[in-house]
Amino acid sequence: MDAGNHRVFLGMAAGVGKTFRMLQEGHHEAQAGRDVAIGYLEPHDRPETAALAVGLETIPRRQVEYREHRVAELDLDAILRRAPELCLIDELAHTNAPGGEHAKRYEDVADVLAAGIDVFSTVNVQHLESLGDQIAEWTGIRVRETLPDAVLADADEVILVDIAPEELIERLRAGKVYRGAAIQAALDNFFRVQNLSALREIALRQVAENVEARREPGVASALVPGLRGRDRLLDTLLPEAIGQRLLALVKPQPDAQRIIRRAWRFAQRRGAELDLLWVSNNEPTDDQAPQLEAIRRLASVLGAHLLIEPGDDVAAVAARVARERGTTYILLGAPQPEKLVRRLLRPSLVAQLLALAPGIDLCVVADRRRPAETAAEEDSP
Amino acid sequence: MSMPSAATGTLPGGRTLFPYVAHGLTGGALEVALRLARAEQGTLVPVLLLQVPLQLPLDAPLPRSAGMAVALQETIEERAAGFKVPVESRIERGRTLSQALELMLAHEQCDRVVLAAASGEEPGFAPADVAWLLAHATAEIIVLRPARRG
Repeated sequence: MDAGNHRVFLGMAAGVGKTFRMLQEGHHEAQAGRDVAIGYLEPHDRPETAALAVGLETIPRRQVEYREHRVAELDLDAILRRAPELCLIDELAHTNAPGGEHAKRYEDVADVLAAGIDVFSTVNVQHLESLGDQIAEWTGIRVRETLPDAVLADADEVILVDIAPEELIERLRAGKVYRGAAIQAALDNFFRVQNLSALREIALRQVAENVEARREPGVASALVPGLRGRDRLLDTLLPEAIGQRLLALVKPQPDAQRIIRRAWRFAQRRGAELDLLWVSNNEPTDDQAPQLEAIRRLASVLGAHLLIEPGDDVAAVAARVARERGTTYILLGAPQPEKLVRRLLRPSLVAQLLALAPGIDLCVVADRRRPAETAAEEDSP
Repeated sequence: MSMPSAATGTLPGGRTLFPYVAHGLTGGALEVALRLARAEQGTLVPVLLLQVPLQLPLDAPLPRSAGMAVALQETIEERAAGFKVPVESRIERGRTLSQALELMLAHEQCDRVVLAAASGEEPGFAPADVAWLLAHATAEIIVLRPARRG
């Protein structure tokens, strides 16, 4: 049996309209003649959302006693028995009350998909596991309910439900997201333009990366088993510029800090991931060890990945790493001046990279020391 | 000026650590540290100390602090170029400034430490941090304190 198709509606925060959009698309599917049922809906006391659910069959929820309260949870067995063609399941990152089949709702969804049922689901970007630290730093809030990134990567389709932060705040003030005292509490804490803008950027980037993963045939086959026709079509139609990755070649010496900072700025402007590569066959010397440690600390703050690869041929190793990691740019420091004879005998690293890594842009970071000073040093023996 | 060694760039005049925090860096203190390093024909090691909030792992990426850190390091290196003083920029982090200072001393060899003490409205290290450094660092310590404005 083929697994069901999973479409995720991703938002930057509560109130952007993910559930509303999921219900709208559920109605479209039903009108097209498909058998659609709601597996779990979280209306959050929003009348517009509740009204939109009317006309779609709702599979009854399972009632669970938890800490002297009755909690309504998704009923996995009931969904599998009912077996609609398409099931709408809200709040993918939700943690189930104890006593059910699984601890997390995304695990329930995996079972539904495995049964060949298509699923539409919703999630906010702050729930993604890998973004926890980043979001805590941006917003000061540590999200407890998390979702493995693989769930989003494995989804057949991720649709960003996006509105401007200012508009979301207006909706919050108008009581369309929360009610009563919760409105002011939300405005005072999470729902600030600064926070929402950061989350929106993360959500946009997440969707771009998801699309790019599908575009790369090797990555796509690893992330999305059983690519379908639409994905193969996507593969040929998408522009090249989505999802970039930068590889900076470094050595454990003082000017590496400058190259790394330049590479980081370059990567930031392009929304690219940054890898740092040192190629060496030897353990760091006593002089190199503290420099390497300093590079490690800088990389850690910047969120860059430091790779140390063995090898004598820097260009060949860099080209291999670039291929393996899907690098789109290689950045390196300006080469040291060499004697003419040596230049004639061996092509420069830049020339070697151009030959070994076709299709990858190269960027050489200039030495900012004053020309006169540099020239004087070059003349010295 | 004698040439730095190829591997480290460290000059025979030794290494001067200059710890600072993002909102506590003053041009005056940096200039004093640069003049001292130049007089000694040494290397200045400006160390940005970052306090990591408790809700984050100590080694977590800090995207917001990163932009500020990069800008500060570049500014300091430009000033140092004007003084012709070699620089090795560093970042150290900890839950507290004292912890970051402790890690700085553990990671960096140095001959002296130059730091700016807070004074009145002038930013700088608090007396407790200065006292901690005086008690724990084996290197020469130079504490800069701007004159109080009368």
